[in-house]
Formats: sequence, C-alpha cells, structure tokens
Amino acid sequence: MHNVITIFRREMSSYFATPVAYVFIVIYLVLTGLLTFHIGNILDRNQADLTAFFTFHPWLYLFLIPALSMRLWAEERRTGTIELSMTLPISQGQAVVGKFLAAWCFTGIALALTFPVWLTINYLGEPDNGAILAGYVGSWLLAGSFLAIGSFISALTKNQVIAFVVAAAICFVLVAMGSTIFLDFLNEWFGSGVVEFFRSLSVVIHFTEISKGVVDIRDIVYFGSLIVLFLFLNVIAIDRLKAS
Amino acid sequence: MIEIDHLTKAFGSIKAVDDVSFKVAKGEVLGFLGPNGAGKSTTMKMITGFLPPSGGTATVAGFDVQRKPIEVKKRVGYLPEGVPLWPDMTPRAFFEFIARVRGFAGEEAARHIDAAVKKTQLADVLDQPIETLSKGFKRRVGLAQALLHDPEVLILDEPTDGLDPNQKHEVRELIRDMAGEKAIVISTHILEEVEAVCSRAIIIAHGKIVADDTPAALAARSDRHNGVTLATDAAATVRPALEALPDVAAVVDAPGGALFARARDGKSIISQVSAALREIDAEIDQISVERGRLDEVFRQITNTPSSHA
Ligand SMILES: Nc1ncnc2c1ncn2[C@@H]1O[C@H](COP(=O)(O)OP(=O)(O)O)[C@@H](O)[C@H]1O
Ligand SMILES: [Mg+2]
Repeated sequence: MHNVITIFRREMSSYFATPVAYVFIVIYLVLTGLLTFHIGNILDRNQADLTAFFTFHPWLYLFLIPALSMRLWAEERRTGTIELSMTLPISQGQAVVGKFLAAWCFTGIALALTFPVWLTINYLGEPDNGAILAGYVGSWLLAGSFLAIGSFISALTKNQVIAFVVAAAICFVLVAMGSTIFLDFLNEWFGSGVVEFFRSLSVVIHFTEISKGVVDIRDIVYFGSLIVLFLFLNVIAIDRLKAS
Repeated sequence: MIEIDHLTKAFGSIKAVDDVSFKVAKGEVLGFLGPNGAGKSTTMKMITGFLPPSGGTATVAGFDVQRKPIEVKKRVGYLPEGVPLWPDMTPRAFFEFIARVRGFAGEEAARHIDAAVKKTQLADVLDQPIETLSKGFKRRVGLAQALLHDPEVLILDEPTDGLDPNQKHEVRELIRDMAGEKAIVISTHILEEVEAVCSRAIIIAHGKIVADDTPAALAARSDRHNGVTLATDAAATVRPALEALPDVAAVVDAPGGALFARARDGKSIISQVSAALREIDAEIDQISVERGRLDEVFRQITNTPSSHA
C-alpha cells in the first residue's frame, strides 16, 4: 500500500506539473457544457434531472479517456524510465494500481468540476439528488473502466498514437454494443437471446441503469470486473514487454 | 555480495549473454569491459531484476533475483544505461519520490537526500525540471538516485559516458570514495577508467567472459609489457647494442624518434638495457619502462574471442 501511494503521488503531481491536467479539464468541461446545454437541451426538457448531462458521457469518455491513458505506460517504455521503475523495490502490480488510481482520481476531479450543472438544475427545479449522485458514481465507474482498458493498451506499445487509437476503438465497441441501432440489428438476425447477451456486456446499458438512480450490485460488479480484468492484463503485459 | 552463476540471455537466436559466471565481494570495484554489443548492459539488467535470464541465476546478498526480486532491488542502487529519468520532475521531487520508495520518511529522508545531493554536487539545480538539465547534471541526478539509500551493491552502466573530462574525474572520485563498503560493478569501454577506479576487470565479448583479472595483470598481458622506450641521439649505436641482448625480442621505432625495445615473453629487461647502455656509453635523454597497455590487450582479446573463450 505504501508503494501504491508513493506512485500515486508522483503521478498525480506529474499531471499538474505539465499542461496535461489543465488542458484535459478545460476540454472536458467545455465539451460537457456544449453537449448538455446545446445538443442535450437540458433546459428545454422541463425535467429536473441530469439525463441530458449523463447521456453523453460514454461518447465523451470514448476519446477523452484514451487521450489520458495513452501515455501511462507507452511513455515510460519509450523514454526507458520503465527500467528505473521496474528496478526499484516496487512490484509491477503496485505500479499498475498506483498509476491507475492517480488517473482515476484525476478524472474524478474533472467530473466533480461539472458541479455548476448540478447547481443549475437545483436552482431551476427540484431534482432527485440521490439519482444524480448515482449518475456521478456511474460516470466515474465508466471512466475507470475505460482507463483500465486504456492503461492496458498503453502497456502494449511505445507509441502513444497507437495506444490512443486502439483504446478508443475498444471503448467504441463497448459503447456501440449497447446502441439501439446495433441491438435492433441483432434482434432482427439472431433473436432476443443474443440481444440480451450483448446488452449485458455493454457499458452503456450498465451506465444507464446506474444513472437512473438504481444502484444495482450487478452493475457495480460489471464495472469492477472490467477494471480488475484489464489491470490484471496490464500487469502481465508489463511483465512480458517491459524490456522489448 | 553478487554471485552470477551460468547466466545466459537469448534474444531469439542471439545469445546476448552466454554462460557467464563471476562473483563480486564487498570492497571490490569490478570493471565490466567489452566492445559495444558484448552483453554488458544485458547482464546488468538481469542482476537488477529488469530482465529475466534465459538460464542460470543471479544472486545478490544471498537473494536470487528471480525468486526474491524485491529483496534484491532493496539492496541495489542502479544507474541504467542512458540514464532514463522523468523529464518533468525536478531533481528535488524525484529524490523525494526515490526516498519514499526506499522506505525513508521525514528527517531520515531529508538526511539521505542531502547526502546524495552533496556527493553529486546537485544543490544548485534541485528545482529545475530534469529535462532542462545538461547531460552531466542528468547523469549526476541518476547517480544520486542510485546512491540515495546507501546500498550494499551499486550497478552503474557506463556512468561516465558522454561526460567532459572534469565530470569524468568527479564521477571516478565519487566511485573511489565509496569503494570499500560496497560491491560496485561499473561497465565501460573507457580503459583508463578501469585503471583509475577498478580493483578488478572482467572483459566480455560476444556474451562470454574472455578475461577476469586485476587491471595491472591484464595490462601485463600486453606484448609491450616491460618493454623499454628511450630517446637518444645515438640511435645508430644504441639499436644494435639492444638487439644483441638475449631478452630483447625486437627494437622498433617509437614516436618522436625514440626507440622501443620489446621484452621477450614479458621479462623484465631494464637492468640488461641499462647495463648495455653504460657499456657503449651512449647519451640517453629519456628512458621509461612500459607497464603494458590495457587497450592493446583489450583489442587482442576481444578480436579473437574463440581462442580465449
Ligand atoms: N531487447 C533486446 N532485444 C533483442 N536484442 C537485444 C535486446 N537487448 C540487447 N540485445 C542484443 O544483445 C546484445 C548485447 O547487448 P548489450 O547487453 O546492450 O551490450 P553492451 O551493453 O555490452 O553494449 C546486442 O547484440 C544487442 O543487440
Ligand atoms: Mg550497454
């Protein structure tokens, strides 16, 4: 644990030592604002909830999270600092978890900075704040899943551009699996059993469930498993590829 | 302190390190020599637990690096080749991070950082991002990182590569100061460095050890060992007198119009030579005995690895 915290602190301070943090947060807030108020028309819906706000999160994370995760390991492999990290008395698991947690907390900070949206909706109406909190939790879990995927992909290459594109593509597949177009198509060709299977794998479905305010243990387990699975693959990837 | 036993590393069909065994005791400074691509860095990466060996074992302070990697890493200070560092950190933040990883906190961490900074003379650049530092400073940051926890074992991969002569001198002084309480391995292809700091030298070529001896004993393998160089205006009379000596193998011209008498089988010939010179009463401006040249031995050994392997 001590080592995880040490890695976490170094990573966290490196976000704020470079423009990465500020650029990410500004772009994230601008895009959320645009999507929520212009495309989502949150104010014209005459409903006091944040559905219009949360609906876009999977699509936003799809490219913003890979932009954050692409450097996690690819950069260390390219510059060779991975040799320094991996010859200090820190296990690979500790390093992977420390880096992941720092990135995840960082997205948590960005997410928390959207609080003006929440203030606005509370000013205009009387929303179910429990449901909104659940939405935030769901959004953060979604970000964590994409980060774990992105971190794993980043360990497979020295090239950040490749890390970005591949992670975004995988996240896209996970999001698209829950889209109506895809599910309708499946229903037509394969019937409802197959649809159910893909629904149960899609991040969007689980995310939507949570953000309705129903925090089902299955949804939590789903995101938790995604994170654990990809962090585990991440450790294996580091072990195999660190020196090549 | 370090025990390498039949260590082997293959990359595909290339054997980068091929059945290497040696030991390094506390107090020794081992110079690890070899041409580029000989397998020096690969061996060091295996000792420090970065690369898994394809065969054999590396043991540090009794811990097998494969079985107890963390125990080994705790006891080793390592300067990797090329000195990889996180560019956006300042040396201060970097050392604080390393101190924490090494298990120091508060007062103790500050003491270790101060000592490492003092040894490597980094006080002036502590708050400047590492990416803005010159090559010499970066290397010192890497060294300070390796020394910070005062480890029992130091593995330094080309610690003076790319430094100017003054910086090289400082780094060598530093290594010499630490010798005694530690087992130190430095890799290099600068031979004067070996003579300056190492108590022992291992030469490797094509992944195999081709020589393991003290620098002086290695230099003595040179065919110039115990040869005599002399500067004289009376070369015409001196040359045949020297050629007549039983233990002189040959007399050749040396730079600056001097003569060089090569010793037969590395025997000491200085007394014979001086006696001969007295006999012909030749006027000699300068005379010196060669100890042999490490670079020459290095070339001889590493160019014909099969005959020595
Ligand atoms: N990761 C790697 N993959 C493939 N070959 C490698 C790798 N690392 C080193 N080698 C090869 O192993 C040999 C030894 O390299 P190295 O240990 O770096 O030599 P040295 O440090 O003595 O210059 C070289 O032929 C090099 O090309
Ligand atoms: Mg090398």
